[in-house]
Amino acid sequence: MPNIDRRIVFILVALAVIIPMLLSINLPVSVSEPTQNFYDYVEALPAGSTIMIAFDYGPSSLAELNPMAKALLKQCFDRDIRVIAITLVVDAPTLASALIQQVAAEKGAVDGEDYVFLGFRPGAVQVILGMGTDIASVYDTDYNGTAISEIPMMQNITNYDQIDLLVDFASSDTVESWIIYANVQYNQQIAAGVTGVIIAQMFPYLQTGQLVGLLSGILGAAEYENLVGAPAKGMQWINVESFVHLLIVVLVIIGNITYFIYRTREE
Amino acid sequence: MDWNLIGIWVAAFLTLSIYSVLYRDNPFYRFAEHLFVGVSVGYGIVLSIYQGLVPFALKPLWETVTTGAPEGFIKLIPICIGLLFFARLSPRHTWLIRYPIAILIGFGSGIAIPNVLRANIFEQTRGTIAPFAEIAAGTLSGWGIFEAILMVVGVICTLTYFFFSVEHRGPVKWLSKVGIAFLMIGFGSAFGNTVMGRVALLIQRVDFLLGDWLNIIS
Repeated sequence: MPNIDRRIVFILVALAVIIPMLLSINLPVSVSEPTQNFYDYVEALPAGSTIMIAFDYGPSSLAELNPMAKALLKQCFDRDIRVIAITLVVDAPTLASALIQQVAAEKGAVDGEDYVFLGFRPGAVQVILGMGTDIASVYDTDYNGTAISEIPMMQNITNYDQIDLLVDFASSDTVESWIIYANVQYNQQIAAGVTGVIIAQMFPYLQTGQLVGLLSGILGAAEYENLVGAPAKGMQWINVESFVHLLIVVLVIIGNITYFIYRTREE
Repeated sequence: MDWNLIGIWVAAFLTLSIYSVLYRDNPFYRFAEHLFVGVSVGYGIVLSIYQGLVPFALKPLWETVTTGAPEGFIKLIPICIGLLFFARLSPRHTWLIRYPIAILIGFGSGIAIPNVLRANIFEQTRGTIAPFAEIAAGTLSGWGIFEAILMVVGVICTLTYFFFSVEHRGPVKWLSKVGIAFLMIGFGSAFGNTVMGRVALLIQRVDFLLGDWLNIIS
C-alpha cells in the first residue's frame, strides 16, 4: 500500500470528476455569511450606482473566478448598476473583455452607458493611487481606445468618491494592495472574490470590516449564483467538487491507517 | 473556416498534452509547456507596450513634440528617469541606475509603510479587541463571546511561539505549544482551500473536454 502507483490516485480523481459530471448530480448549496454580506451590500445599492470591478486574474484562475464574476455582472445589469471594469494583471484583459461582452449581450447592457472596460495599466500601486485622484489620469482611454471624455457613463465619475463599491476578483495579493491603498488612503469600500489558495489570508480583513464581503473560490461562486438566481457553472462544478473532496478524505484516512499499520509492524 | 472549432480542438489537444505528464514526462507535455511560456511572455510584452509604454510614455512624448506645449515637457522628466534603467546595459554607465531605483524605493517605502501599518497592524489589532467592547455592552451572543476569546487566545499564543527573546520553558513553552496548534489549524485550512482551488481547475478542464469538445454534456 505505501508503494501504490500514484497514477491509480490520478485515475480515481478523474473518475470522481467525470462520473458526477455525466450524471448531473445536484446537491443543495447553503450560503455562507461572507457571501450573503457581499450580496446584500450590492442589493442595497440604488439603481444608477457605480461598481468598479477589478479582474485581477489570468487563465490559470479562470475556473474559480469567472463564474463569480459572471454572477455579479448579471446582478449589476439586472439592477441598473453601472460597471467600470479594469485589471491590474497583464494577461487578464482579453478574458475580462470577453466575459463582460458575453454577459452584456445576454442582459442587453450597452457599452459606454451601462458598463465600460478600461483595460490594463502597469504598476498596480500607482494605478490604485492614481485613480484616487483622477481615473482619467491613469486611463485616458478605454480598452477599445475611446477617450474617457467621450464615454457617457464616465461623465460624472472622477475618482473613488463616485464609486460605491470596488470588487476585486483576484488570484494573488492584489486584494491586499486594494485594501492598503484604496481602502486606507481613500476609504473605498471593498469586496473580494478570491481563489481557494488565498482564502485563508483574506479572513482577517473580513473580520475587521476592511472587506464588506468575500466569495471563496468555486464555493463562493456557487453560493453567489444561488443568491442571484442564475445557476450556472459554479453550481454545477461545486457538486462535482464535493465528490472529489469525499474521495480525498477517504484516501487521507486510508493513507494514515496503512501508515500506522506498517509503522507498528516495523516496530 | 470555423475558427471557433479550430480553437476548441487546439485547446483540447493542449489540455490533454499537459495532463499527459501525469502518466510520465513526454514530448507532448514539453511542447505544450514551452508553447504556454512563450505565448504568455509574448502576450505580456505586447500588452505592456500598448497599454503601458504607449499611453504613459510615447503618446505624451509625441504630443509634447508636435504641439510644443511647455507643460508637456514636464512629462519628459519621469520618462528620462525611467530610461536610466537601461543604463544597466552599458558597463560604464551602470551607476546611473541608482537614481531610478532610489526614487522607486523612496516612493514605495514612503507610500507603503504608513498604509501597511494601518491596514495590517492597527486595524487587525482593533479587530482583535473590538468584540470585547461588544461583550462589555452586552450585545454579543454566547457563541460570539467564545469566538472573541478564542481569537485573542490564538493571537497571544501564536505571537508567543514567534517570540524568541526568552527561552521557551514553563508557561511560555505551553503558550507556544498552543500557538503551534493554532498554526497547524491555519495551515490545514489553507491546504484544504488550496485543494478546493486545484480541483476546480481540473473540473473546469474536464467540463471543457466533455462539453465544448466532445459534446457529451450540455
